[in-house]
Amino acid sequence: MANVRIEGVSKVYAGRTVLSSLSLEIQDGECFTLLGPSGCGKTVLMRLIAGFETPDGGSISIGDQVVASAASAQALPPEQRALGMVFQDYAVWPHMSVFDNIAYPLKLAQVDPAALRERTMHAVALVGLDGLEARLPSQLSGGQQQRVALARALVSEPRLLLLDEPLNNLDANLREEMRFEIKALQRKLGVTILYVTHDQEIALAISDRLAVMDETGALRQIGAPQEVYENPADDFVFRFLGIANFLPVRRDGAALYIGGSAAPWVGPEPDKHGARITAGFRPSDVLLARGGEGLPGIIVRASFLGAQVDYLIDIAGTLIRAALPSHECLARDLLFVEGESCRVSLATVQWFDGDIVSGARA
Amino acid sequence: MAYIELNQVSKRFGKVTAVDRLDLQIAKGECVAMLGPSGCGKTTTLRMVAGFDDLDEGEIRVGERLLSSKREKYYLPPEQRNFGMVFQAFAVWPHLSVFENVAFPLRVRKLPKAEIVARTEEALKHTNLLSAAGSSPDDLSGGGKQRVALARALAIRPDVMLLDEPLSSLDPHLREEMRFEIKDLQRRFGFAILYVTHDQSEAMALSDRILVMRAGVVQQIGTPLEVYGAPANRFVFEFIGLSCFLQAALSPGGMQIDGVSYPWPAGVAAPAELVAAGAGLLAARPTEIDFVGEGGVRGEVVRKAYLGETIDYLVRVGSSELRVQKTRRASGPGVGEVCGLRFVRPHWYAV
Amino acid sequence: MNTAKSGTPRIGTPEILFGLSVGVLVIVVAVPMLLIFFNAFWVDGHFNLVDVLKVLRQRETYKALLNSLVLSAGVTVTGTIVGTFFAWLVTRTDLPFKKTMKLLFLVPFMLPAFIGALAWKMLLSPRAGYINRFFIDVLGFDGPIFDIYTYAGIILVETMYLFPFVFIQVSGALERMDPTLEESARISGADLMTITRRITIPLVMPSILSGSLLIMLYSMAHFGTVAVLGIETGIYNIPTLIYEKIHQSAGSFDSIRAATVLATVLVLAAALILWLQNRILRKGRYQIIAGKSFRPTELKLRAWRVPLFLFCLAYIVFAIVLPTVTIFLVGGLKTYGLPFTAANLTLANYRHILFEWDLTRDAIWNSISLGLSAALITMFAGVIISYVIVKMKVRGRGLLEFLGMLPFSVPGSVIALGVILAWSGKFGINLYNTVWIILLAYIARYMAFSLKANSAALEQVHDSLVEAARASGATMGQALKDIVIPLVRPGMVAAFFLIFLPALRELTVSVLLYGPTTRTIGVAIYTLNEDGETVYSAALAGIALITIVLGEVLIKRLVAGKSKA
Repeated sequence: MANVRIEGVSKVYAGRTVLSSLSLEIQDGECFTLLGPSGCGKTVLMRLIAGFETPDGGSISIGDQVVASAASAQALPPEQRALGMVFQDYAVWPHMSVFDNIAYPLKLAQVDPAALRERTMHAVALVGLDGLEARLPSQLSGGQQQRVALARALVSEPRLLLLDEPLNNLDANLREEMRFEIKALQRKLGVTILYVTHDQEIALAISDRLAVMDETGALRQIGAPQEVYENPADDFVFRFLGIANFLPVRRDGAALYIGGSAAPWVGPEPDKHGARITAGFRPSDVLLARGGEGLPGIIVRASFLGAQVDYLIDIAGTLIRAALPSHECLARDLLFVEGESCRVSLATVQWFDGDIVSGARA
Repeated sequence: MAYIELNQVSKRFGKVTAVDRLDLQIAKGECVAMLGPSGCGKTTTLRMVAGFDDLDEGEIRVGERLLSSKREKYYLPPEQRNFGMVFQAFAVWPHLSVFENVAFPLRVRKLPKAEIVARTEEALKHTNLLSAAGSSPDDLSGGGKQRVALARALAIRPDVMLLDEPLSSLDPHLREEMRFEIKDLQRRFGFAILYVTHDQSEAMALSDRILVMRAGVVQQIGTPLEVYGAPANRFVFEFIGLSCFLQAALSPGGMQIDGVSYPWPAGVAAPAELVAAGAGLLAARPTEIDFVGEGGVRGEVVRKAYLGETIDYLVRVGSSELRVQKTRRASGPGVGEVCGLRFVRPHWYAV
Repeated sequence: MNTAKSGTPRIGTPEILFGLSVGVLVIVVAVPMLLIFFNAFWVDGHFNLVDVLKVLRQRETYKALLNSLVLSAGVTVTGTIVGTFFAWLVTRTDLPFKKTMKLLFLVPFMLPAFIGALAWKMLLSPRAGYINRFFIDVLGFDGPIFDIYTYAGIILVETMYLFPFVFIQVSGALERMDPTLEESARISGADLMTITRRITIPLVMPSILSGSLLIMLYSMAHFGTVAVLGIETGIYNIPTLIYEKIHQSAGSFDSIRAATVLATVLVLAAALILWLQNRILRKGRYQIIAGKSFRPTELKLRAWRVPLFLFCLAYIVFAIVLPTVTIFLVGGLKTYGLPFTAANLTLANYRHILFEWDLTRDAIWNSISLGLSAALITMFAGVIISYVIVKMKVRGRGLLEFLGMLPFSVPGSVIALGVILAWSGKFGINLYNTVWIILLAYIARYMAFSLKANSAALEQVHDSLVEAARASGATMGQALKDIVIPLVRPGMVAAFFLIFLPALRELTVSVLLYGPTTRTIGVAIYTLNEDGETVYSAALAGIALITIVLGEVLIKRLVAGKSKA
């Protein structure tokens, strides 16, 4: 097991700077996720760590070993980095059985046949594929192929496991199941994991820490899932991690109003002091009532979705989304229909400078 | 008086009964979704209503017109049924422009030229496609093609629209947007919709009533609220929404789990047959379980996952593991802690 | 540790392989082509259009050009009609035994057209053909009911063996077409006629056109049928006229000039056709492939069901059974012209050509060894060059791809002519009249097939499969050995057979290149027929047919077996 140190790494592709002087440290034994939109450079960073690309600037170390350094023009080839990697399309070899796929790293390391067999079967059991060792990949489902890829990456007990959006091609139920399995495996083996994805749900579910990257390749925030979700560093992070509601707030002397309207702001005190600020909150922060205190809202759309009821609410011209547990709505007479008015209170609010909704600055 | 009527409709393929004596009445302007796992017969039913397949038993009527009837050996082919239909892969013709695609049903009916143009433009206007009228459908995105399919179905101003998983080829963000567009169109034009889907949230968001099918047999017909909250059987309960189960020993006074006795949860007693059998499955939605200090069913938290808006718990109770979901603001026990569970809306099923 | 600094240009393995590949393709493919153009247009050191026009104005030349046009146009029209009709019958109606009929309609593809022409000559030559003789002698007709040595005869025979081009494309398109495209038309109110007219046909038109252009290309470049049926009455097309020029000329300058001019016209026509095909496909290739698996609606033929079925059977009998039976029977005759009685039939001919006669034994041996060598060489060269094109990130891959695919469009006669010009002493190497010149022509001709098959296989081997191996600890070399090669092997085997079988039976190329001891099977069959040894010609043709059929069956088994694994 090892930690990973990325120091000032830069990478240029066809004239475009994908990564610019990026520094990051992944602790030994943690599950670290790189989260960002497509094309932000997260996969490039992973390939640099794996050794399929070489950095134009900076250095990368795994454990005590410098595996790539632009300054000394040295790079350890991928086969010598002692890593495990799971690719987005699984990359399971179609002409080899499940057993041979998983055993391949051990075969390359010239492990003796008895130990090879034992360790391979152990890996097979670890991912729940007992009984399927003799099958060919074409006889397996997508989820099972995924497990083969996982077992193959783990069988040589690598110091670092790299996962490149491996759950993308699975259906929703399987995705949920697999992310818990990966987490459980990691806990059990204590292996350091770097997971790359654009799906914030997965990132939140499995990470010990995560890093949010934007389209330019810059790191916006690094922290534990709860920390990043509850205390976002900026509105990019706030938006990326889940459904984000924004209400513009105008400061006029000592009073606060919603946007350009005369409706007064009712809710938590802002911790930003500009003339124009924005209140950011999640659908789960929205509390509804039929009357009383709170921001006045009109229900634009109501959707019963089973476990929750989704509302689209117009507050002084801005649309926000609320999600309430359906049994609560039933119990407390909060099943609104379109056109009804309501009162909105907010449980927690993140404050941002400027008017994010319309783009006007502070 | 129902507008669309399916009476005891059955369809067999060799030895397999794909649809088994289905009864359904749809009122004018109502949206009914047929929901079920693949192979359950929902698409077969839709195709019989459309006329692509003939029924083996029963009859189908729309308005006063008989469409198919086994008894009277009557079968009206699809081209004479006057429905609007939208297919899963859009089925938009790539060699015709968007305008010509939408105008096709009108041209086939040999309407006067001026009327064809007027009605086509109206359909294009309602689906936001006027600016794309001259384009080739291949130049449009998935959502654009879907709108062409909708416009084409709308052009003849049908009283009934048949939708065969129309949104499943679109990516998730687009799906939600298109859902509401379809709903708005329905409200504006007042046609009835028969909708086939395997996506429950779509069915619940769009429809007035849901028909749940399994292996050709209707399990339940009801409003989304009814189907979710008062499922007719265990299949419906498990198919719609998340579910978790807890095995319990039963006696007339209450239930026993892991050796401990508890009163009936939320006052809901198990049905007499189960009490007589001495054992039953306590079933609940993960979102309808609360953590309580005193008096709850005792369990131990095995896993706690922070998922952003929700926190997902796995609680071990006896030999079962229950999933509990709470919103992020609700406080709850940590991993390894002992907790008490209160079932807000429990259901009982046989083991 | 690797020394790796991105951005600095290196001469490494990729660059070397690229250079070698370009070199090979230039020598084998590009040089012969260029020499033809030079020879046609360049006289005494300068560009000369006048002489070219002079050649074109000669009666025999422009007659041949006209014939080529008329014949191929005729074959294209009839072949397209026949192919489309059968494709529609087999995919969209309730014709009985559709699956079998579909397979049977593909058989004409397997039979070399010139052998079919030979058989038809034996049946319908005006004075000696068996069918004509039957009508005259037995039924008392005054003259032959059909003279095969005519334009009509040639078109008829070529249609029989070329219609599968259209059949395959159209039946494929009709089968794979998304049925909801037609269902949505039905629910929109259209009846079957309207749907066929306004939806189905426009959507498969690109396939129809694509297939018919292929027929045109093939027919224009085809030597055998016109040679067998046309030379009698002086109907020449471009390939046969080129043959005349080369073989009667014994190397005369003028003849070669004339041949190269004709070759140029042929190449330009071929290029035009391929460009047209490309444009049609690119503009009109619609995404009409189906997702769900509901079958398209079948038209009920009702009263026409049995008659149409019989018609199809009759066509199969005429196209396949009749000629094949004729070939084998004539091959067993003691003397040509005798009636088919048991007394007149013997296996002696077969024994003679297989074991006793030098000429035929050599021809068989030549064809087999040429086929094997050409297939092996192009297979290996194809894999390497494909790898450079598909997997290596070197600049100029497009050039390599272009060079490799070039001969795909160039007619066989032109390749043969080019190879003659290149390797008859021009660069100090004279291979004329040896097997080597034929081998070089085959390699040039078939390289494109190998590149296509191997590229397709390589494209299936995603980069991530190799990277996964490297992440598991394999060096690049180990990854190639353990992952890439096993996955590419089926493509290589396919390429091998894709080349070996056509090479075994081909005529157009080797007829221009053969010498007294370097005949191929195709040449032997043809020249035996020309020399009047009809019976031996038929016997050899029969053996060739058996070999081809066995070979095809073997491939299907092998390919099916491999694709299951």
